[in-house]
Amino acid sequence: MHISEGLLPASWAILWYAAAIPFVARGLRDLRRRSEEAPWFKPLVGLVGAAVFLISCMPIPVPSAGTCSHPCGTGIAAILIGPGLTVVVASIALTLQALFLAHGGLTTLGANIVSMGVAGAYVGYGTWLITRRLGLPWVAAAFLAGLLSDWATYATTSFELAAALHGGGSLTTMFSLILLAFVPTQLPLGILEGFLCTGTLKFIRSRKPDLLRAAAAGGAA
Amino acid sequence: MKKTALILLFAGVLLSGPISTSGRTASWSGVDETVIEKFAEKAGRPAWKPFINTDQGDLLLFVFLLAGAAGGFAAGYWFRVLFPPRRTNAVCPELGEGSKGGGPPGHNGKRILNHDV
Repeated sequence: MHISEGLLPASWAILWYAAAIPFVARGLRDLRRRSEEAPWFKPLVGLVGAAVFLISCMPIPVPSAGTCSHPCGTGIAAILIGPGLTVVVASIALTLQALFLAHGGLTTLGANIVSMGVAGAYVGYGTWLITRRLGLPWVAAAFLAGLLSDWATYATTSFELAAALHGGGSLTTMFSLILLAFVPTQLPLGILEGFLCTGTLKFIRSRKPDLLRAAAAGGAA
Repeated sequence: MKKTALILLFAGVLLSGPISTSGRTASWSGVDETVIEKFAEKAGRPAWKPFINTDQGDLLLFVFLLAGAAGGFAAGYWFRVLFPPRRTNAVCPELGEGSKGGGPPGHNGKRILNHDV
């Protein structure tokens, strides 16, 4: 989902930066508030941040498509530290990747933050909240949160590209074409991300369930 | 057993890639290249070179290794802070409950082991 350097026209690059900044600012405010409330919260953010960085630059081969792609890790991150802070850790990961790993770009950083950070985190967290309130077991809720956060990220990337590059053509057509091109790779990877999310939650529930309770009590803000 | 099966399944999926696509063209390129850059090029906007261009020869491999090591160290450090090893007192199964001799003194003949679980 990393939109490479220079792919977006300046006006669109600025627009996506403007869209991302309020979410990052809100996440930073949450970090200050929640770190004052609970001393263990910063280590949790550090762990989740490192995990998001590693997961989002790990190319996984998809044999059915003959291509590689990466999960994002923002679904599980949003459940653990809330969507606001997930935007912050995703922004840091994306900045490092743009600067040193030739993944993404500085001009397209705003768009990449919106797709991976904002869309991935809020869709994942929203799915988790809604499915739990509907009474689904936590396993199903976690799986759906991981799956939909991944797919939402790639759908948003498709929209960002289509909106900037459709030119005189139809936005809907271009959006559909890009989205369809992602399907062979992201369909299985979304499922993998669902399992990743479930497995991580299963581990934390068995090793340190109070961490989940405390994270939830802190509010996703 | 379950873990071994999962690891084998994952390894199988990864290894099946080159085998399953050996008869056709599989570039193993990332979707950033095969989808995003392809559509952008069609629309007349090819990607620029990164400002810090590490995509040269084995340099990218090096920075990925460095990033993986740094990220892995950070993740491991914070993991240990959040999930410290549990210390349990377990009786050595070979010696059994109340077995005598051979063990360190001071435990009424029982060999007590401190396991990091």
